[in-house]
Amino acid sequence: MKKIAIIDYGMGNVQSVANALELLGYTATITDDHEVLKAADAYILPGVGAFAEAMNNLRARHLLPLLHTQVIEAGKPIFGICLGMQLFLQSSEEMGLHEGLGWIEGKVIAMKPDSTLRVPHVGWNDIIAKEDSPLFMGINKDAHFYFDHSYHVVCEERYISAKCQYGSYELTAALQYKNLFATQFHPEKSQTKGLKLLRNFLNFVEEYPC
Amino acid sequence: MLKKRLIASLVIKNGIVVQSIGFERYLPIGKPEITVDYLNQWGIDEIIMVDIDAAREGRCIDPELVKRVAKRCFVPLSVGGGITSVDQIHTLIHSGADKISLNTQAFINPSLIEEGARFFGSQCMVVSIDAKGDADGSYRAYTHGGKADTALSPAELARQIQECGAGEILINSIDRDGYKNGYDIDLIRSLLSATNLPLIALGGAKDPLCMKILLESCDVSAIAAGNYFHFVEHSATIAKAYLSRYFPDQIRLDGYSDYRDFSFDERGRIVKKEDKSLRDMLFEFHPKEVI
Repeated sequence: MKKIAIIDYGMGNVQSVANALELLGYTATITDDHEVLKAADAYILPGVGAFAEAMNNLRARHLLPLLHTQVIEAGKPIFGICLGMQLFLQSSEEMGLHEGLGWIEGKVIAMKPDSTLRVPHVGWNDIIAKEDSPLFMGINKDAHFYFDHSYHVVCEERYISAKCQYGSYELTAALQYKNLFATQFHPEKSQTKGLKLLRNFLNFVEEYPC
Repeated sequence: MLKKRLIASLVIKNGIVVQSIGFERYLPIGKPEITVDYLNQWGIDEIIMVDIDAAREGRCIDPELVKRVAKRCFVPLSVGGGITSVDQIHTLIHSGADKISLNTQAFINPSLIEEGARFFGSQCMVVSIDAKGDADGSYRAYTHGGKADTALSPAELARQIQECGAGEILINSIDRDGYKNGYDIDLIRSLLSATNLPLIALGGAKDPLCMKILLESCDVSAIAAGNYFHFVEHSATIAKAYLSRYFPDQIRLDGYSDYRDFSFDERGRIVKKEDKSLRDMLFEFHPKEVI
């Protein structure tokens, strides 16, 4: 069984993610310790919080170079959740313009409320997933996932593995590019369908040569 | 399409879940972790847990309680009760909470909403407003467990809260709390037009019919109830099956059990199946869902 590390950067509902992995039979380490992170086979970057604060915290813990080495150079799989996914992009306009990890070309922009559209986009929504996406294997097409966000990811089509309709917005619900996986929704809070999706990621990690 | 959420509101007193009646009388229900375990299996969409003793005792909701509950909760969990600082919010989120529910502090210290939103994002900050009707048909918002009058209308308070960066508003009717006489539609409508934030309605649900009337009358984002969920087996699953008949695209039905082929009475309660169909069901094979 591969070693999974949940990156603790002072943000995010790390405990919720650890609880979900525990149910799936994994004992994930919640850590910001560089040695422990280097020894892990795959990472989860959870997120509940504000973009700028998250980047500042990653910087303060000197995690940016470490993540670059492990994820981009060594190619270890990583799963970003919600804010964790948004951090993969180049920039975000949440409370000013901020630079992200820049692993995926694109940006994070605000959803604009109007008379019929309430923001944040909170609640259970259905998604349209790409047929060949390993994350959504064995998950029925009408499954729902839990979203809670005010900003959304805009990027090239080739990175997107699932979309979601909210009012007039066609939101990026999930990303996949090489060893980078991410969802805007919270699989750890989407009951059995979310747990199945996490299982699919863990299965990918188990079969991944590294 | 975004679904209407069905939210269970758990009131905690002396460490256990209680039934609350008019913010005054309380009856014991049971252990929070057991309640959450059941609700999670019955396909509830979200859980809000508030410790109503905490503020009065000068502490915040117990992070250890949140930890125990979060282990069984694979839907979003909001927690509230006596939260006064960003450090407390940090501890609660690290214990497994997904959102923070503020009430009295949102009124007396609105900067806590701002600070909370800056560190944890707006989507993390839920503000609940307790409201009571006046004799002239207007409404006023109350704090301190329904005891202190803010002299503001709930709509005015909601506008201020949105300015501070809150992500959701929950409106609870003190008059209807635990009295099972249906949601206060006029009160809920007065808040819908006040902000662009998602609105959660609470207070007065007796049965699925009350929830249907709420959805017919106004465009709330979520239906919350307390007591209804505690006293009926599979309460969440049954309410969803009933509501999905009237609002087919608006209810999430991912749960394992399913009541869609049952008949309902006029209040939305399930009607017993005929003996023959019950006999047939005895031999139906239901494989366990593998994750």
